[in-house]
Amino acid sequence: MKWVISAEDIQDEDRQRVGGKGYALVLMAKNGFQIPETVCISSDAYQEYVDHTGLRERIQLELHRKNFKEMRWEEIWDCATRIRNMFLQKQIPDHIANRLKAAIQVRFQDEPVAVRSSAPEEDTAKASFAGLHESYINISGINAILEHIRKVWASLWSDAALLYRQEIGLSVEKSTMAVVIQAIVPGDRSGVVFTQNPNDASQGVIESVYGLNQGLVDGTVDPDRWILDRQTHRIISHTPATRRYWMVPIEQGVQLNPLPESMSRMPPLNTQKTREVFGQACRAEDFFGTPQDVEWTYKDRSLVILQSRPITTLSTGKTEDNRGWYLSLHRSFENLKSLRKKIEEELIPGMSAAAEEMAATDLTRLSDRSLAQEISRRWEINHKWVNIYWDEFIPFAHGVRLFGQVYNDAIKPEDPYEFVDLLTQTEMASLERNRMLEDLAAQIRNDRRLAEQLQKGLYAEADPDFITQIDSFILKFGDLSCAVTGGSQCAQDSEPLIKILLEMANHPPAPLGRRKSQKAQLLKEKFLACFAGDRRTQALELLDLARTSYQLRDDDNIYLGRIEAQVLAAIREARQRIENTQSGNSDDSATNELEAVLADLDHRTEIPNPYRQKAGAIFDIKPRQLIGQPGGPGIARGSARVIRQHADLADFKNGEVLVCDAVDPNMTFVVPLASAVVERRGGMLIHGAIIAREYGLPCVTGIPDATAVIETGDIITVDGYLGIVTLGTGDI
Amino acid sequence: MIDKNQAIQQQLRELFESQNLAVLATHRSRQPYASLVAFYATEDLKHLFFVTPKTTRKFENLKADAKVAMLVNSTTNQAVDFHQAVSVTVVGTAAEIVGPERQPILKRYLEKHPYLEDFVRSPSCALVRVSAKSYFMVQNFQNVMELHLNQ
Repeated sequence: MKWVISAEDIQDEDRQRVGGKGYALVLMAKNGFQIPETVCISSDAYQEYVDHTGLRERIQLELHRKNFKEMRWEEIWDCATRIRNMFLQKQIPDHIANRLKAAIQVRFQDEPVAVRSSAPEEDTAKASFAGLHESYINISGINAILEHIRKVWASLWSDAALLYRQEIGLSVEKSTMAVVIQAIVPGDRSGVVFTQNPNDASQGVIESVYGLNQGLVDGTVDPDRWILDRQTHRIISHTPATRRYWMVPIEQGVQLNPLPESMSRMPPLNTQKTREVFGQACRAEDFFGTPQDVEWTYKDRSLVILQSRPITTLSTGKTEDNRGWYLSLHRSFENLKSLRKKIEEELIPGMSAAAEEMAATDLTRLSDRSLAQEISRRWEINHKWVNIYWDEFIPFAHGVRLFGQVYNDAIKPEDPYEFVDLLTQTEMASLERNRMLEDLAAQIRNDRRLAEQLQKGLYAEADPDFITQIDSFILKFGDLSCAVTGGSQCAQDSEPLIKILLEMANHPPAPLGRRKSQKAQLLKEKFLACFAGDRRTQALELLDLARTSYQLRDDDNIYLGRIEAQVLAAIREARQRIENTQSGNSDDSATNELEAVLADLDHRTEIPNPYRQKAGAIFDIKPRQLIGQPGGPGIARGSARVIRQHADLADFKNGEVLVCDAVDPNMTFVVPLASAVVERRGGMLIHGAIIAREYGLPCVTGIPDATAVIETGDIITVDGYLGIVTLGTGDI
Repeated sequence: MIDKNQAIQQQLRELFESQNLAVLATHRSRQPYASLVAFYATEDLKHLFFVTPKTTRKFENLKADAKVAMLVNSTTNQAVDFHQAVSVTVVGTAAEIVGPERQPILKRYLEKHPYLEDFVRSPSCALVRVSAKSYFMVQNFQNVMELHLNQ
C-alpha cells in the first residue's frame, strides 16, 4: 500500500486515508486548479509508526490514567505534553523513514515545504477541527521534514484536540492522522475567502494581509476585509486594517516583521484582484458543491490556492461548541505579548481598584436593604472578574506552555517539565514569608522559657520584642487562619500562628530543596545555545514572557481572591445581622431581604464523599489506590492532615501529609512541616506542585475528591514518581 | 452526582456476567497454588460458585484451609488491556455445598455454563461456594478500589 499519495494516483477510496484536507487538495490539482506541488502521507504511515514504537498503547495509558471527565484542562495539557514528548523522543523507524524519504525527495528535492495536518475524522465528525492540529510552514531538508511530520502526528493529541474530540464524542481509539506536504509559495499577499458569509447567506467575505497567511490565521496580523455579493461578486464594503506587520519566511519557519511604509498605505488587494480571488473560491464551491473556506496567496501576480474546505461554522441553529475557547488557550507569541500588556496595564490595576473600591465601603453603616443590594452588586463584580480570569488570565498562562513546547522541541529533555526550573528564578513571595516563619521558630527553639510561655498562652509575659515581630508578621501576611480567598472563619488572632511556630520549633528546620538559581542559569545557557541571531533574541523574549506568565499564575489568584474576600465580607455582615434578628433585636422585613439575597447566591457546601455508603448498604466501598498526576518526585508515607477549612492548618503537625482541595499561596507556610502534598486540583504547574518541588517533597495532584475520601489521621502513601496515592495498610 | 458506590457494584456484576473463568488461589503448607475455574456470581455479589473434581489439589487445599482468593479479569491478551481491562480480586472463604440447596445452584450454574453438564453431574465433582469478604477492583491500569462486605 502506498503511503505517499499524489494527484496522479489519488483514488476515491483514499479519502479516509489522507483526510479531507489532503484529499481536496490533490483533487483540485487533478482538476486544473492552480495549487502548489502537494503530496499526502496517508494515515497508514502514522499507524505503522505508533504500532512499531509501542506508542499506541502508551498514548492510551496516558489518556486513561484517570477518567477524562475528572481531568481539569491543566491536567489535559500535561497529558498532551507528555504524549508530545513521546513523539519527540521516538525517531521514525528506518523502514518507515526510508519509504517516506524516497517519495518526498523525488517531489521536493531541497525545496522548502509546509507540513500540514489532515485528520481523517474531521470529515466523519462533520465538525471543524480547523486550527486544533498543528501545521508547520517553511521547513527545509528531509530530516527536518520527517521531524515535523512527527510533530504533526503528535498534534493529534494536543490538549485542544483532546477536549474537542471529547466534546463532540469521537472515540480516541480511532483517531489517526494523515499529513499534507506542500511546496511553499512565498506569496507577497495572502488571505482567506468564505464563499458564504456565516452571518449573511447572500454575501461572501475576503480577508487579506501582506506576506504569508500565518499572520492572519493565528490572529497576529489584522486583515483588510471585503464583503461581496455572492451573486454579482460586487464589493459591498471594504474595511481597511491598520497595516503594521507582515509574516515572512526565514531560514526555518516564519517571522513577523514590520511592514514597509510604502505597502502599509495600500490595501493588499485591488478591486480586480478581489474579484479574481472570489471567482476562484466560487469555482471551488461549484467543484465541491458546498460553500468553501479557501486559503490563497499571490506570487508574482499569479493566484495560488493553498487549501479549500467546507465551511462548518454556517449557522445550524444548534448551540455552538467550545472549539473557540479551546483554541483561545493556544495563542501565538505576538498575541501573548499584547495580552501581557493588557493584563499588566489594564486588568490587574482594574482588579485592584475594584477590590479597593469595595473595601472602602463601611458595611456596618449600610441599612439592611442597602446591604442586600451591595451583596448583589459585589456578586456581579466578582462574577465579571471571574469571567475575565477565564478569558484573559487563563489563556495567558499559555505563555508558560508555549515556552515549555519551544524548550522541549529544542532540547528534547527526558523530563518534559525540566523547563519549569528555568522559570522559577524569580523567588515567590511565599518563600520569603516561610523564611521569616523559620526565623521566628528558631527563636522559640533556642529559648526554652519563651517556648513555655507561648505553650501556656502567657503572651503578655513573653519577650516584647518577639511579640512585636509576631504582630508585624501578621500585619504583613495575615494571621494564617485566613485563606487568601477570604474565608468566613477568619478571626484576627495570633494563636494559630503561634501554634504553628511551636510545632516548627519542635523539629529541626526543613531544608529547602535544591536552590534553583544555579540550575536555572545552566538551563538558560543550554536553551539559548540552540538558537542564533534573531531567533536567539526571540527565545530570550519568550523566556521573559514565560517568567511573567508563570509568576502571574500564582499572583492572579491573589488578585481574584481579594475581590472574592469583599463579597464574603458582605455576606458575613448579612449573616451576622440575621443572627442578631433571630436573637430578637432587629426589624424582620429587612432581614427577609438579606435572607433572600443570601439564598440566591451559590453557597459553597462541603464536598460529599462519593463512595460513602448509604444506610443499610451491603458494601462499604473505599479507595485503596487513587491515581492523579505526578507533581513532584519522591515517595513518602504519613498521617494525612485534610484541610477542609483554612483554620485546619493551625493543627498541622510535623511529618503529616498535606491533603487539600487546592493549595493556595497563603497555605504554603505549612509545607516545610509536611512530608508530602496531595491536591484535588490537578496539574504540573499549579501552586502545590511548584512549592513541593521547591522543598523537594513528593507531590501528587489531581486526586478526585481528595478531601472527601481521605480523613485526617488516615495513613497514606504518596508516590510522586507515578502519581499514586495509596490509602491505608495492605492488611486484608 | 453519580452514586459511585452503586456504579462500582454494577461494574462488578457486568464483569462477572461477561467472564467465564476465574483464577482460584488456595494454599497448603505455606505454598500458594493457583488454578482456573468456571464460575458464576450471585446478583447480590455475596457469593461465587464453581465446580471441581474432589480429587484435585485445589479441593484438597480448600478443605485444609477455607481461606481463598479469586481473580476475575477482562483481559484479551492484547496491548489495549493495559488501559481497558478491569481486574477484580475476591477474598473470602470456600465451602462445599451439599444437601437440598445444591440443585437450584447447579441449575443456575448450568445456565451460564451449559457445556459443563456432564462434568457437574458427575458424583466425583464438588460444588463450591465462595463467600466473599472483600473485593479489590483495579482499573485504568493502577486505580484500585476496595469493597468490603458488611457482615
